[in-house]
Amino acid sequence: MAVCIAVIAKENYPLYIRSVPTENELKFHYTVHTSLDVVDEKISAMGKALVDQRELYLGLLYPTEDYKVYGYVTNSKVKFVMVVDSSNTALRDNEIRSMFRKLHNSYTDIMCNPFYNPGDRINSRAFDNMVNSMMMQVC
Amino acid sequence: MEQGPAGVSAAAAAASTGGLLLPLSESEQQRYSELFSRCCPPPEAAAGGSSVGELFRASQLPPDTLHQITEVCGAKRVGYFGPTQFYIALKLIAAAQSGFPVRIESIKNELPLPQFVALKNDSDVRYGTPAELHGVKFQVPHTSLEKNSYKRTDEGDKQEPKSPPMSPICSPPASPSTYQRVPLSYGYGKSRSGLEQQHGAPYEVRHTTHQQDGPLSGNYGAKPALACSTLNRSLSGEREQQDSNAHYSDDPWRITEEQRDYYINQFRSLQPDLNSFISGSVAKNFFTKSKLPIPELSHIWELSDVDCDGALTLPEFCAAFHLVVARKNGYQLPETLPETLVPEYLQAASLKPMRDCTLFDSYSESLPGGQQTRDFSRTEKTSAEEVSDSSALLKDGKKDDKQALKVSTDLKTIPKEFQHLTVKTAAQESNTLKARPRSRSYSSTSIEDAMKKGEEPPTPPPRPQKSHSRASSLDLNKIFQQNAQAVRSGWLPPPPPALPPRPSLSQTEQVSEVELHPQMNKPPSQAEENSSAKKEVVIAQPPSKPARRKLRTETQGLETPELSPTINVTSSLPAVKPHLPVQKQSSKQKRAIQTAIRKNKEANAVLARLNSELQQQLKEVHKERIALETQLEQLRPVTVL
Repeated sequence: MAVCIAVIAKENYPLYIRSVPTENELKFHYTVHTSLDVVDEKISAMGKALVDQRELYLGLLYPTEDYKVYGYVTNSKVKFVMVVDSSNTALRDNEIRSMFRKLHNSYTDIMCNPFYNPGDRINSRAFDNMVNSMMMQVC
Repeated sequence: MEQGPAGVSAAAAAASTGGLLLPLSESEQQRYSELFSRCCPPPEAAAGGSSVGELFRASQLPPDTLHQITEVCGAKRVGYFGPTQFYIALKLIAAAQSGFPVRIESIKNELPLPQFVALKNDSDVRYGTPAELHGVKFQVPHTSLEKNSYKRTDEGDKQEPKSPPMSPICSPPASPSTYQRVPLSYGYGKSRSGLEQQHGAPYEVRHTTHQQDGPLSGNYGAKPALACSTLNRSLSGEREQQDSNAHYSDDPWRITEEQRDYYINQFRSLQPDLNSFISGSVAKNFFTKSKLPIPELSHIWELSDVDCDGALTLPEFCAAFHLVVARKNGYQLPETLPETLVPEYLQAASLKPMRDCTLFDSYSESLPGGQQTRDFSRTEKTSAEEVSDSSALLKDGKKDDKQALKVSTDLKTIPKEFQHLTVKTAAQESNTLKARPRSRSYSSTSIEDAMKKGEEPPTPPPRPQKSHSRASSLDLNKIFQQNAQAVRSGWLPPPPPALPPRPSLSQTEQVSEVELHPQMNKPPSQAEENSSAKKEVVIAQPPSKPARRKLRTETQGLETPELSPTINVTSSLPAVKPHLPVQKQSSKQKRAIQTAIRKNKEANAVLARLNSELQQQLKEVHKERIALETQLEQLRPVTVL
């Protein structure tokens, strides 16, 4: 279960960011922002090879004491960043991958909506529902 | 308001009541003349019996009283409702409503204006927007009883364009055939002239209807309803008027026949082929004209485009249009699509009368199964209908394997396409990953699949896309077959000979225990194919789509029994074959695919079991690792940062 999920546009501004409503939401925003550097680093490292072979799932971007940050980038340079609580060790890599996959699919569904202009903030209820399902349940 | 002639007639009434002076106050005069003119258009001298009857019933007096009144006022004697009789009757109604006995003498008293409940109620209801759709139901229960009555009583000519209460009343259709009709509210005045037949109406008939209708009040909706039913279907351009329609069984989310016809006409104006779909941009322009705010339109789109392909098929379009209409009339948009607006429902509902084909019942049942595979977990398998499910099963099977074996290759290939395709085609590509369950087209999915398969022989090279299209699925069949064999035989099977470029990659991957090769074999091969076929994909996709559409429309042009392919592919395909040579190949391919499906299912089961075993092993390995790490930390004096 994620603690914070963010969708970042190509120009590195957030399209969608949602955290578990605890205190310190700003901390998550900062974390996501700083993780963008790591994302760019990984992209450029892999970018030498043919773009097709670049993996979308970036994996663990960096771990901190409390949580881990995972990244995922699409071919249109839209980034998904997910912050996961470190104490939740049961989360395996493939689960993270499947969560990103779900995010990606929901994102493409939003793109299909002709009323959505790429670059707008994401206001879709379906997307919200999907993200909520992935967020940690706050007791 | 005919004050002049009314005044004259009032005076005449006063003069001619057989010596009975009828004192009418100012307000009474006004009201009576208004009512009289409503019941009786100016040129006539007498009010139509039926309309008068309606009015009287609207007064909510018991029928006995009404009979008395008509007797007393002299209409029965005279045989028609002249102005005198009418005014006397109104006075008597007022008297009765005030509690006085129905006698000639009572009208001499000071009486309030007679109350005609239905009229007032309807005017209130008409202008209350949330109740607009419901106010009609006020009439709905009546009209069913009215069916007989209105047949005998003549059509009411009591409709004046200026009488707004009539429009919602008009909406519940009294015609026995269709229960829902559009009140084309303001247009029905035109037909009034054609409906005036009253003046010879035998009064006895009305009496019997009185008795029949009994306690019903305000049931003069029957007349205008019939009037509406006789109206041409000239729909006003304003969508708002559509909302005053009766909603069958009081459900605002159900689409009536008129509404559907209107939506279909609008669809036709945007896209002449009813079986094709409207692209997103066209639909956007169209719905933007409704002047709803963009976020709401966006939400409406999300609700109605169930297969999320960026395009609206006819049922999706109807649902979207209906939601727009509802929203304009003040209804809040629901969070999820109501079931009466779900495309399968709309398809079934619209196709049934058109096609008159029971096949569609089963087809529509199978469709929800097909489409829901998207909604539910994608590993869910529907068992409704073979062909439409075959691809779904294939994909589900693929997904099972992929998820189990931690392969993200399907996503890898999807974004590749994103990079190269336009949004629409990209959406379709991404959707085709899940798209098989989503039968986005109005026509049967099997036909569409048949089309797609039919296209495979012409364009095999550009399409070995990872997941959705049949070509790749056929490749996967080989993979699965070999995979299944390999799994049975042992652990790490050699790469299938059918994919020569891959052996090096597969050998490197043999190192990993957890992942089975054949799955990994796919992505590299697809990667290569994709890289080489990037451009071709772009080109191939749009041509294949119109080609598919063309083929689909061709098949649509065939007669209805052809729809049985959706149910029973193999049996119906022979019937279809003579029509299109393409489908011949597709039927063979279908059979091949069906056998492949069975094999895939078996392979899936095996792989699932394997997966669970591997998971267990993985857990144990994890535990061991953790134990070892703790030991290590204990041994190590200082933690290394």
